[in-house]
Amino acid sequence: MDLSFSPEEEAFRQDVRKFIGEAKPQLPKNLGAPERARLSKDDYLVWHRLLFKKGWVAPAWPKEFGGADWSVTQRYIFSAEIAKAGMPTTLPFGLGMVGPVIMAFGSEAQKKKFLPRILSGDDWWCQGYSEPGAGSDLASLRCRAVRDGGYYIVNGQKTWTTLAQYADWIFCLVRTDTAAKAQEGISFILIDMKSPGITVKPIVILDGAREVNEVFFDNVKVPAENLVGEENKGWTYAKFLLAHERSALAGASRSLAALTRLKSLARTEQLDGAPLIHDPNFARKLAALEADLMALEFTELRILSQEAKGEKMGSESSILKVAGSEIQQRVADLAMEAVGYYALPDDLSLGDNEAVGPDYAHGLAGRYFNLRKASIYGGSNEIQRNIIAKAVLGL
Amino acid sequence: MDFSFSEEQTLLRNSLSRYLADRYSFEDWRKFTRTPEGRDPSHWRQFAEMGLFAAPLPEAQGGLGGGPIECMVVMEEFGRALVVEPFVPTVVIGGGLLARSGGALADEMLPKIAAGATVMAFAFAEAQGRYDLADLTTSAKKQGDGYVLNGQKSVVLGAPWADRLVVTARTGGSRREVQGVSVFLVEKSAKGVSTRDYAAMSGLRASEIVFENAPAQLIGEEGAVLPLLTNVLDRAIAAHLAEANGAIAKLMVATTEYAKTRKQFGQPIGKFQVLQHHMVDMFIAQQQALSASLMANLKLGDADGPRAVSAAKAALGKYARAVAEGAVQIHGGIGMTDELDVGHYFKRLVLLEVLYGSPDHHLCRMAALDQ
Repeated sequence: MDLSFSPEEEAFRQDVRKFIGEAKPQLPKNLGAPERARLSKDDYLVWHRLLFKKGWVAPAWPKEFGGADWSVTQRYIFSAEIAKAGMPTTLPFGLGMVGPVIMAFGSEAQKKKFLPRILSGDDWWCQGYSEPGAGSDLASLRCRAVRDGGYYIVNGQKTWTTLAQYADWIFCLVRTDTAAKAQEGISFILIDMKSPGITVKPIVILDGAREVNEVFFDNVKVPAENLVGEENKGWTYAKFLLAHERSALAGASRSLAALTRLKSLARTEQLDGAPLIHDPNFARKLAALEADLMALEFTELRILSQEAKGEKMGSESSILKVAGSEIQQRVADLAMEAVGYYALPDDLSLGDNEAVGPDYAHGLAGRYFNLRKASIYGGSNEIQRNIIAKAVLGL
Repeated sequence: MDFSFSEEQTLLRNSLSRYLADRYSFEDWRKFTRTPEGRDPSHWRQFAEMGLFAAPLPEAQGGLGGGPIECMVVMEEFGRALVVEPFVPTVVIGGGLLARSGGALADEMLPKIAAGATVMAFAFAEAQGRYDLADLTTSAKKQGDGYVLNGQKSVVLGAPWADRLVVTARTGGSRREVQGVSVFLVEKSAKGVSTRDYAAMSGLRASEIVFENAPAQLIGEEGAVLPLLTNVLDRAIAAHLAEANGAIAKLMVATTEYAKTRKQFGQPIGKFQVLQHHMVDMFIAQQQALSASLMANLKLGDADGPRAVSAAKAALGKYARAVAEGAVQIHGGIGMTDELDVGHYFKRLVLLEVLYGSPDHHLCRMAALDQ
């Protein structure tokens, strides 16, 4: 057993810190303030392109596709450092989801056409999975694609589509065989968001953000060459992708960074004429949260070291998802509590420059409400518990 | 022992709930909370006509002589409909302080309150003070027949709709000292009062208020009002506990209905045992919340009233959060949307959890009352 990183890994950490230090002055101010940031498309792209220029935008991609090809440990160090600096993650839809699927199952033409533009940020991708009737039970999806000569004609609806309003492309699970068993008639298809017949309708969520959308398909013509892999094999690709999606979900470094910011505001906030952080009740709550977070960080590291040894990962991602999302929610809850009455102004109707009360209070309640989604998305925590019960405990 | 409501109380509930069902649906609420005014002023007049404001006020001053149970009935229905009108600041706090203090100001204002001719907001919170009513930097000094106020107040709920403000200020003593706290009535339109209005959670409106030599009238005794104020606020808290129960009831119905109709994996999600147990826990929390509210409201006049109020406030905050978070989780993505009412009830419950002291604050008060 050895807790330390190798000298090479420590040198890598210094490189990452140096890069962040140099990048920060070039970035919009709200990129470094995660609690109140409502990032625009440009905000995301500025960050994405800086990383792209450095060759770091795709840590997990192999060199042949322009990735950084980092080890699991390097990737961990990188994401921990950007979290600590309050920088956003790059969006997963292109880099973490459809990119790997295309690499693993796509045609040569698809690799050539799509991968470079995912890397450069020229194409913004969104994910067409959930439907109004297909949430936890994703395989019951009904969005239909019918082959017609050189095209598929797509009809139906997707929902909870994150940032679809910015997207150039959507990767969709569609039903291509209605006679087959639920999982077997599904295909994975890439659709140009500019295609006639696509309508994007925003869904406003609890913090007022326009983060998710409904996407409607009305006789949308999609070239048959945009099918990934084989027809009716989409569920296999979807499962491959979901494993990718989940493994990123514990976010201990990100929660630790949020806790550090929470501590700093608790030094400013007052209770009974003293800093809030001196209040034994509050200090105890902070410590209890941090204790769980420290354990979570080690759970992450433990799983990371297994992964680094090349062990096959299975339901570990479910453990990380449940524990990580619940801690994220608790940090946000305590941050909201810390600002007392200044949690109550409604961010929904306040612009970024119109904060009521102390600047740090703005957006904290919104973040608490927003993060209720964390135990719902990416496979709800109930579904994750089912997976663990079955796959790990053998129940 | 009898927990049933009187015939009059049931009549009050029925007529109010009928009115709210007809005129204060979630669709109506969405419409008027999004107007610049943020409310439909006709509701305030209607509530007055229904006698809601007169109900808890003393008969001698235009009231109907009811008590906390009448308030509780009204507030439960208000909570169910997410009512935004500042009934508690006007009737329970403004009315309560005036009725208990008496004098010419009370004689002038109480009939107005009963008739719905005034709207009040309670300006007590200050940035540094959190939940401590005595932690005040706002000050008042005598000038001529009255007083002038200087200072700032934070997150004054309902203030954009108010014509009068009930304001706490120091007339003596040092910051956080019990002695020297006074309460004043201030006309919002007076010179020296400036406000910045904004929207607050769950359809409410609030203001940040600055007083610069604003003219003020004293309510009650100068410098010695804190015991009375604390007692009146216990009544306000008890009323809001009832409001929380109205909101909780609404969330329980919405969630169980959704679980019966939403199908995944070929069956209603309510058939899954994990969700059944979650909803049962929510239901038990609801039952406990209801008991907590009743306990607080029924013990208001008793010696252990303050402890009961704090116990109920702390416990109910926890139960409310469990129900609200559970309601969103079981609704799934749709529970996260601004379009569905669930999220707005959730926000109202979070707001009520903070208002007049967090659960921790009230646990500390309970402990302090023990010593």
